[in-house]
Amino acid sequence: MAHSIPTADRLPEERVLTDEMRAEIRAFFPRYPTRQAVTLPALHVVNEHLRWVPLKAVEEIAEMLELAPADVQDTLSFYGLFKQDKPAGLTRAWVCRSISCALRGGEEVLEHLCHKAGIRPGETTADGSLTLEFGECLGACEFAPCMLANKTLHKDLTPEKADAFLKECGVRNTTTNGKP
Amino acid sequence: MSKFEPVLLANVGKPNSHTLQAYQAAGGYAGLRKVLKDMTPAATIEMVKQSNLRGRGGAGFPTGLKWTFLPKDHPGPIYMCINADESEPSTFNNRILMEDDPHQVIEGTIISCYATRASTAYIYLRFEYPLCYERLQKAIDECYAANLLGPKILGSEFALDIYLHRGAAAYICGEETGLIESLEGKRAWPRIKPPFPAVEGLFRKPTVVNNVETMACVTQIATRGVEWFKSIGVPSDPKNPRDPGSYGPKLYCISGHINKPGCYEAPLGITCRQLIDEYGGGVWKGRKAKAAVPGGISMGLLSAAELDTPLDFAGPGKVGCLGLGTAAVTVIDETVSMVDFLHNTCRFFQHESCGQCTPCREGTNWALRMMERIKAGRGRLRDLDLLLEIGDSIGIIPGSTICGLADGAAWPMKNAIRKFRGEFEEYIRRTNPSGYMTTEAVEALPLETAH
Ligand SMILES: Cc1cc2nc3c(=O)[nH]c(=O)nc-3n(C[C@H](O)[C@H](O)[C@H](O)COP(=O)(O)O)c2cc1C
Ligand code: SF4
Ligand code: FES
Repeated sequence: MAHSIPTADRLPEERVLTDEMRAEIRAFFPRYPTRQAVTLPALHVVNEHLRWVPLKAVEEIAEMLELAPADVQDTLSFYGLFKQDKPAGLTRAWVCRSISCALRGGEEVLEHLCHKAGIRPGETTADGSLTLEFGECLGACEFAPCMLANKTLHKDLTPEKADAFLKECGVRNTTTNGKP
Repeated sequence: MSKFEPVLLANVGKPNSHTLQAYQAAGGYAGLRKVLKDMTPAATIEMVKQSNLRGRGGAGFPTGLKWTFLPKDHPGPIYMCINADESEPSTFNNRILMEDDPHQVIEGTIISCYATRASTAYIYLRFEYPLCYERLQKAIDECYAANLLGPKILGSEFALDIYLHRGAAAYICGEETGLIESLEGKRAWPRIKPPFPAVEGLFRKPTVVNNVETMACVTQIATRGVEWFKSIGVPSDPKNPRDPGSYGPKLYCISGHINKPGCYEAPLGITCRQLIDEYGGGVWKGRKAKAAVPGGISMGLLSAAELDTPLDFAGPGKVGCLGLGTAAVTVIDETVSMVDFLHNTCRFFQHESCGQCTPCREGTNWALRMMERIKAGRGRLRDLDLLLEIGDSIGIIPGSTICGLADGAAWPMKNAIRKFRGEFEEYIRRTNPSGYMTTEAVEALPLETAH
């Protein structure tokens, strides 16, 4: 799982973890006998607020959890969920490409969505409205092909439903050349 | 087979079935009350042992036996991890339980913690289940308010905390030691065993890892008794002392080319054909099944001729599959190319290999490259033997990898090519008649990489 790591000159100077985020993270402390176990919960808190986890946030989480930033970065970079180059789109959607969905047209739906939104899997539209990704089995195979968009499961997708979804997300810059 | 009345799914689909009120109105938490009032932890373990309950997470290991591996008289803490990662392609039966009947899962968890003297349970839930997250958290909150969790549960001396812990999109978090590493805040890199989690698991303490459906079964065993549980399913073979049998009801989910995809409850031992025809409403569009995945893609493939295989713990193994796995059946109709099927599964395992073991990391990658090449019309007949060779050499048997993912990757490869070899050969002959490809052509092929 390759991730690009942001360079130091792109880091914001000021604190990125707000008092609210810190309180949410601290609320997890009593649940675990070690601070390190709060790594994933903390990353989720930041991701939910910011839609990405900039390197500065990694440093601040590490400080809260009494870890080296590299410990947090090491964990973060293993999981597919966390973005570090820039925030994900307002809607982040995973289109399932595993077997039950693929048998019922999942890969074609992903291709259709990418084509219409003018992005490739993993990319965000230029207006920041949508990030499209492929997902591995979302555990909703009875609704194949399906897609998880933020917290909403879209079931039994068709090209028509996919078009309606793009409209709902407010994707404006649709192009047909496959490039943003 | 006479009509079977669902038990694990009895509440599913009823109004507000996820609330404590509805669950208790349907008789919920009676099993827990009985256990706390009348039984010692040792007797509770004995009950689960007597029931012959085998874990529903994939490997089918006897649950009660697993619990006895915990060290005796350990000062604690002892941890329970509920495996709610459910990332095996085509598997969704845990999701149904957690969304529609979270209290049945929680009741089983409390009973299991009482039996094993665990003081804290973590439910490791995959990130992709937001509704489960909401409902489980609400159910846990309800339990704290109703003295079903926290100190002195229902007036007993037993105390327990349950916490929900969310994953972040990685299949390997479902492997029990990968799950433990992930919970500890690290990469989900499976650990070399021994030590087994029962001796040294989460936070280096004795730990039990059990599946969500296993917990629902514990609830029902406590409520309805061992005899009830053992009256369902397939008894152990008296001629084979090593066969523990396949007892109890089982959730089967069925997807792919089927008229009524969904999650159904049936006695262990139902055949794949019965499941497809009697529950799933038959293959869609009036077509025929060409093959079926018996229990998640890591278990391999049943050919059309093998559809009468019973889906119990022993059945799929008798026709060359790895096992029952998660009992998630995917139906593949006659129009599907096995080349596409195998490409899809190889891509999955290449993407999800954690990368620690060379045979798994390189083997899944190599297999995917070959499948991409074959699919693109540049396959050679000898690639099929090479794929079989990779399949035979990346698994945990004879012990070349740390966890079972590599084995899981190997079974669809071995089964698809052995059971459908003619089709692969025909595809290769048709798309690449010369059977020849230049080095440049090989190098020019794209390799799908992650994100
Ligand atoms: C690669 C891999 C993925 C797994 N994924 C899951 C999973 O998602 N859920 C699960 O319950 N078990 C999964 N297992 C099996 C677990 O390691 C473990 O055997 C199981 O959770 C034990 O619970 P049980 O005894 O109640 O079945 C997986 C195993 C492997 C090798
Ligand atoms: S077998 Fe594969 S997934 Fe399992 S530990 Fe080794 S590299 Fe990781
Ligand atoms: S295969 Fe797509 S949700 Fe399971």
